[in-house]
Amino acid sequence: MPKSGSTLRISRRTALAGLSASAALLAMPRLGRAADETIRIGFPTPLTGPFAAEARDQVKCAELAVKLVNDKGGIGGRKVELLVRDDKLNAGEAATRTLELIEKDKVHAVVGALSSAVQLAVNEVTRARGVIYVSISQSDTINEAKDFSKYTFHEALNPHMTTAAVARQTLKKGMKVAHLVADYAYGHEMLRGFKRAQTAIGAESVGEILHPFGAADYSTFMPRLMSMRPDVLCISNFGRDQANAIKQAVDFGIKQQMKIVVPVILHNQRLAVGPDVFEGVVGGANYYWGLETQSKSAAAFNTAFKAANGGAIPTDYGAYGYSGVGSLLAAMQAAGGTDTDKVIDALEKLQYDLTKGPQHYRKCDHQSVQSVLVLESKKKSAMAGDNDLFAILANDAGSDGMLRTCSELGHAT
Amino acid sequence: MDLSLIIMQLLSGIALGAVLVITALGLTIVFGMLGVVNFAHGALFMIGAYAGLYLASLTGSFWWGLLLAPILIGAFGMLIEFVLIRRLYGRSIDDPLLLTFGLSYILVEGVRIVFGSDGIPFPTPPQLIGVLDLGIGFFPRYRLFVIVLVAVVLLALWLTLEKTRVGLIVRAGARDPTIMQVLGVDIGRVWLAIFGLGVGLAALGGVLAGPMRSVNPEMGSLVLAEAFVVTVIGGLGSIVGAVVAGLMVGISISLVALFAPEMATIVMFALMAVVLLIRPQGLFGVRGRTA
Repeated sequence: MPKSGSTLRISRRTALAGLSASAALLAMPRLGRAADETIRIGFPTPLTGPFAAEARDQVKCAELAVKLVNDKGGIGGRKVELLVRDDKLNAGEAATRTLELIEKDKVHAVVGALSSAVQLAVNEVTRARGVIYVSISQSDTINEAKDFSKYTFHEALNPHMTTAAVARQTLKKGMKVAHLVADYAYGHEMLRGFKRAQTAIGAESVGEILHPFGAADYSTFMPRLMSMRPDVLCISNFGRDQANAIKQAVDFGIKQQMKIVVPVILHNQRLAVGPDVFEGVVGGANYYWGLETQSKSAAAFNTAFKAANGGAIPTDYGAYGYSGVGSLLAAMQAAGGTDTDKVIDALEKLQYDLTKGPQHYRKCDHQSVQSVLVLESKKKSAMAGDNDLFAILANDAGSDGMLRTCSELGHAT
Repeated sequence: MDLSLIIMQLLSGIALGAVLVITALGLTIVFGMLGVVNFAHGALFMIGAYAGLYLASLTGSFWWGLLLAPILIGAFGMLIEFVLIRRLYGRSIDDPLLLTFGLSYILVEGVRIVFGSDGIPFPTPPQLIGVLDLGIGFFPRYRLFVIVLVAVVLLALWLTLEKTRVGLIVRAGARDPTIMQVLGVDIGRVWLAIFGLGVGLAALGGVLAGPMRSVNPEMGSLVLAEAFVVTVIGGLGSIVGAVVAGLMVGISISLVALFAPEMATIVMFALMAVVLLIRPQGLFGVRGRTA
């Protein structure tokens, strides 16, 4: 009996070994094929220059979105790969890199670009090549019929949404408003948004100054702004320009005379100049980590990001990298692969909640309908810790009502 | 447009010009005396700001940072001259140019590795926070301080170069190093000191700019372009030229900002083009001089 038992055991082992070996053998060609069919996402972003801090956060978050999908076995067994390229904050460079990503690296879709002008250049290329592009930088024109294509999706908030939300919180009828605006697409669109919002509220414009993009010194604009005697100063610029402009406005004592508001208040720039300078500045945002007390998805996103980045917290523009790549991968999952038309169809039907609550892409212009936050920078004594930067003044739930109508944008309805 | 606004605007221009002057001065002294076009000047300006910030937080006082950072970075400049630049004297002007260009990349990347690429807050010294009522308007105390400090540094520099024995040796050494050596002056030491001075001035510019602009690894690149424009307008190697041109550029930017703000940055280059058309050697430059 022991003998037969042992033969049985051996034979069972052999059988098991044989079984697993043949299983591995069977799986091998599939694994090989799957490796060839890696899903590649192109990710142009300005890793160098004045928006570099925001760009690096975007990359970290995009990588997190890819990692989470890969950890779960990828999409239909196919691994996802993120191809990050430095667009140097230059439209020409971005167009070249995007073309390379499409032609040479054969990416299945493109997500990224942090400057409005650059994103429009990327959109030109992807539109011409019929490649899906999920844009994660604010723009109004990208939703308009002229720039739109069925391949274009806009995950970021747009200037119309952020300026309206900020104006609602800060402007009142009869108030006087002055504008300091970066002289390029982002600034122009934000100015347009603010003016539209202030007209609706009944506030009055007392002047606007366009400043060169990327200026280091804003002091020469301050005497003129102060002579306009406004109640509110709207500073519409981005990245390091925002930090420098606010800092120098505060140096000139502008905060004693008027309130400073910005369309988008940036986490990294608040860190770069400190709490005293930003104290009381109000601005819009797509995301703030402090949302975790109100939103389960924010808490989950924060936890995942912290785990992947040594305890660091995710930032506003970083979150776009996560939701932009995340929504695209969810749609690929639903479409069962990378077939462009199927993925577009899936994106249009997608209901997603990755960072802060429910979102979906509106069918006519592919704008992501989502909540808009209005934040106020805390004073130093009110901060509970180094990361406790902002108080959430408003969290307007996403609705079609906060967007311009499809017919206004020139789309067939 | 009332007069007080124009005066306030002029003052902003002078404050802006003061930082340009101090930075361009270092560039022009090194070029004028050594014939070295220092492309690392902007990076050293940036390093100066970081050193000032670091020393200020170490000692708890901005004033120690302001005093020690230019000395420390100036000494670092001497090390650069002794180890790297010295070997290239007498060779074509491109060699030190390329060397310092490469050096600037190394310095910027080094700072990125140590301090990260995000900006770091550089608080205004508590004594200089806020604005001063000038009767016609409010002006930041800190910017007024910068104007005064730059004036004092310029005066001290001028006195040293024109009225002291050290200044005499430096001026003579720039004109004819061989004769100076024959006379028993160790010209190598003079060059070392000049390069250190130039770098120290860049660092001083950086520390002064710190509380006005955010401190970040790229802050030197724009400054380098501005300093070159000022140096070219003033005349390469001319100290008076750097001072006059620096103030001219600052005031032009400021006045243009009043009427056509979006043109504020371009005006500096337009000014350079006009000056070069009329006086190719710059306002105070000497014709035909290359080193």
